[in-house]
Amino acid sequence: MTKIEAIIQISKLDAVKDALHEIGVEGITVFEARGHGRQKGHTEFYRGREYTIDLIPKSKLEIVVADDMVEKVEQAIIAAARTGKIGDGKIFRSRIDEAIRIRNGDRGDSAL
Amino acid sequence: MLLTLERARSLHRAMVRMPALLLLALMVCLFAVGAPAQTSSPNASATPAADATAAKIAALEQAVADARTSGDNGWMLVSSALVLMMTGPGLALFYGGLVRKKNVLSTMMQSFALMAIVTLLWGLVEFSLAFGSGNSFIGGLHNIFLRGVGAHPDPDYAATIPLQTFMIYQLMFAIITPALITGAFAERMKFSAMAVFMVLWSLIVYAPMAHMVWGKGGLLNASLGGRFPCLDFAGGTVVHVTSGVSALVCALYLKPRLGYPKWPMPPHSVVLSFIGACLLWVGWFGFNAGSALSAGSLATSAFVATHFGAAAAALGWSAAEWLRNGKPSALGTISGAVAGLVAITPAAGFVSPMSAIVIGLAAGIFCYLMVTKVKNIFHYDDSLDAFGVHGAGGTLGALLTGIFASSAINPMFKDAQGATLPSGLIEGNAHQLVNQLIGVAIAWALAIVGTLVILKVVDAVIGLRVPEDHEIQGLDLSLHGEEGYYMDSPA
Repeated sequence: MTKIEAIIQISKLDAVKDALHEIGVEGITVFEARGHGRQKGHTEFYRGREYTIDLIPKSKLEIVVADDMVEKVEQAIIAAARTGKIGDGKIFRSRIDEAIRIRNGDRGDSAL
Repeated sequence: MLLTLERARSLHRAMVRMPALLLLALMVCLFAVGAPAQTSSPNASATPAADATAAKIAALEQAVADARTSGDNGWMLVSSALVLMMTGPGLALFYGGLVRKKNVLSTMMQSFALMAIVTLLWGLVEFSLAFGSGNSFIGGLHNIFLRGVGAHPDPDYAATIPLQTFMIYQLMFAIITPALITGAFAERMKFSAMAVFMVLWSLIVYAPMAHMVWGKGGLLNASLGGRFPCLDFAGGTVVHVTSGVSALVCALYLKPRLGYPKWPMPPHSVVLSFIGACLLWVGWFGFNAGSALSAGSLATSAFVATHFGAAAAALGWSAAEWLRNGKPSALGTISGAVAGLVAITPAAGFVSPMSAIVIGLAAGIFCYLMVTKVKNIFHYDDSLDAFGVHGAGGTLGALLTGIFASSAINPMFKDAQGATLPSGLIEGNAHQLVNQLIGVAIAWALAIVGTLVILKVVDAVIGLRVPEDHEIQGLDLSLHGEEGYYMDSPA
């Protein structure tokens, strides 16, 4: 089992969700995040002082899928979220040791 | 703020005489053509007809007075409600939105607590000190516990409304003035210390200033023969200069918030501030137009001048910001409107709408420069710009009043023969500017000295500033045990 974490533009969240549903992903967790990569922030004015806001709002998704789905999921996310501009975000992949369905105790791939 | 005494009295006489005279003429005609005789009592006086006529005239005079009172009193009660609304929720929202989320409740609480504290203080003793008979500087204790404050008017103040109405109207001013100061020490002042500070400030700074400008025998009272008649229609000096300058003293004494000016501390909700500012604009009609103390044309004049001043100032600040930063901000525009309302406050019942536009424009640009350039040069943490808007705007407005006041709008000064004299500089009375300066200078001096003394005393006894960890945690939690927005509550 593999966890895929994707940090994307907030405006792309709906498109990515739809794309994942289309390829059969059934579980997804979404966080409101702030951060930056190489993207600079923006400046705001308050009472004549300039402030740099360098933590930009983003959406973070976590999906855990069976290993044979990983490539499809990553391609789907990239296709839906890419604009070609700085700030598109990143995907991180990691291994999951175990997954358990709370309702009935299913383990492993059948819990996903 | 007051009609001239002469004007009020002569108007009253005219209004009472005309209908009474007409009715008398009618009655004489009716008797002449043989109206049905009234039954007279066994021990009737020699002229029962004259008695009946006299009684009818007396009843008419009463009815006219009642009608006059009814219109004026209705407006004054509404105005009182409008001015209270300026504090709660107007100022509470305006200030509340400007602070960080962790301090929103404590900021609003300061305004609300003053609504309660000042009310009690006013009823117990402050009204008497401000408006009771005393000397040139302070009233006496004759009206403590509101003794003598009832349904009958006090012609020195307002001849057509109950003194009780005048008292409750003035109370709303006494509430909002200290509430304005809270903007200077936002996010770092102890609630207990603030409460004690405000009680002392009301007695030591506000009551004397109100007495000098508006009270019987007041040194600066232009309507009641003060030695240095200062034109202050609705409280440019009494409310805005005193609170604004006191705010500056507080900001300097308490020193800046942790992290100021390095950490960004933008408003947590400009939306709340926006709503507050709109409530302030609408409420200000009660503040300024209500200061006519009657529902006549002077109230209209003040209403119109207020509105035009606010509009011009909003555009002035916005334009200045657009030029300097490239974008006009919502917060800037609403701050501009407030600055204009402050500046027009002393002038409202003395200037024409066009003069109000000039005053507003000047205030919008001047206060914008005060809160951006000047504040950043001297680095004082006047957190919510109480000095930049109220202190500076009030001072500017008071001085511009001396320039633009017109006797055509409101004749204030008469010579020995009763002829109207010019009011302000443009009309030909250059000396008025000197009187305005004196009024402003006294307000500055009283605010600085009074505030410093009170701050020192309260600091020594209670301590003014919250400890560092309280300030970091936020005053809502540390002082009040509450959170403003409990958005993540479990279902």
